[in-house]
Amino acid sequence: MESLENLWATYSTLALSLGTNVLLALSIYLTLACGLLTVANAAFMGLGAYTAGLLTVQAGMPFPLALFCGALLPALVALLIGPPTLRLSGVYLAMATLAFGEVVRILILNAEGLTGGALGLNAIPQLTRWFDVALAVGLALYVLLRLARSRIGRAMTAICQDETATELMGIDVRAWAVEILAMGVLGGTGSPWGAVIGGVLITLLPELLRGLGHYRPLINGVVLIVIILYSPRGIWDLIRPIRRSTQISAAN
Amino acid sequence: MLRLSSVSKNFGGLQVLQDVSMTIPGRGIFGLIGPNGAGKTTVFNLITGLLAPSAGVIEFCGEPLNGMAPHRVTRRGIARTFQNIRVFKEMTLIENVAVALGSRRQYGALSILLPTARYREAERLEVEMARDLLAKVGLAERADRLAGALSYGEQRRLEIARALATEPKLLLLDEPAAGMNSGEKQQIMDEIVKLNENGLSILIIEHDMRFIMGLCREITVLNFGSVVARGTPDEIRARAEAYLGREE
Repeated sequence: MESLENLWATYSTLALSLGTNVLLALSIYLTLACGLLTVANAAFMGLGAYTAGLLTVQAGMPFPLALFCGALLPALVALLIGPPTLRLSGVYLAMATLAFGEVVRILILNAEGLTGGALGLNAIPQLTRWFDVALAVGLALYVLLRLARSRIGRAMTAICQDETATELMGIDVRAWAVEILAMGVLGGTGSPWGAVIGGVLITLLPELLRGLGHYRPLINGVVLIVIILYSPRGIWDLIRPIRRSTQISAAN
Repeated sequence: MLRLSSVSKNFGGLQVLQDVSMTIPGRGIFGLIGPNGAGKTTVFNLITGLLAPSAGVIEFCGEPLNGMAPHRVTRRGIARTFQNIRVFKEMTLIENVAVALGSRRQYGALSILLPTARYREAERLEVEMARDLLAKVGLAERADRLAGALSYGEQRRLEIARALATEPKLLLLDEPAAGMNSGEKQQIMDEIVKLNENGLSILIIEHDMRFIMGLCREITVLNFGSVVARGTPDEIRARAEAYLGREE
């Protein structure tokens, strides 16, 4: 029991960042599943984190409420910047969202009075427990898996495969994209599970490779490049055909 | 039903269509022919809202379509297929058709998270409707396959099923017989006739003259972006052969 406690004391930070990174990966999955290359996801996450942190430290707001506001504010911002930016597509959308991320970063760095600037927010009480993170991941996964199987999921896949053809099926592609961007903030492509694998791996990889010392970033990079070269649609894509074929043979 | 009045389209300095007028008065099968590059597909892109005309008016059932977003045009009752097939290759046939059914909401977004009986019923109904539409084009037994695994001809038929799912009044077919063998061509001709008998108006772009002459009530000939002839198949046949392109 004691050794277990020691293990938790050592690795609890890792476990928590594992969960948070899975959430971030899921949010990226959602936008990518719609064929939208946005890179603002981290900025939205930062907005949420600062909102929740500031409300706790400065306003002394109760934890659940602060957490809720931390999700709400970035969603509102996404609804605001969504309609204009989503007129863009492809690399232009990526550039616009990249710029948005920079604006957020610079704002936070310079609003020293509020955010502490480069020094960051200090003395935030650690109110997040492991099951809060687990619950958030579970909830996000449940919603995304239900979505993927629903009409919305079908529309998302269709948009990703051929936006024009989808529009001509009577689907308002841009309205969907705005909704998805806002949802993505609350939250590998092809399946939510791919995003989970990605989030876990990216967090664990540096830890697992710790023994390699200076070569760690190198090996980390090699692993990523190998995946991009041999399974460009992610690790989940390697597993999925096996599942599909077993499902088909089971159906027969 | 559909009326194009003096429609022009330029891309920069390139005039693709000039002063094109044509009407689809009511139910029937109509043809649009002409050599490659004459602007036939551009006419389809203008009607479906993918492109906006540089000048002129497009009306459907008395309402102007100019500048209307493609998904709204579809909801007004115009559906189309594509010259270069655009099925959703990595989705099953059922899913392909269901996407097009989906523009009519039968349940709210919340019931997706907490599946209610009504939601399940709506989903079941949707799959059933998709299966019926696939059966109409003879693809029933392949309903659960991925669309990418279908043959060329089958993908063209899937596109028709998907277009029908939007419940159109007017169906635009862009070279429905391209790349098909004579058996498949006959099959798709029969299907087009049947669709028309069930009350659908159809406008076809096609290079196969036997196909177009056999089906259409009236044919419009386009050359270098202008209408050069219009009439029944017999009238068109009687006019200069040069307009008809290559006979097969």
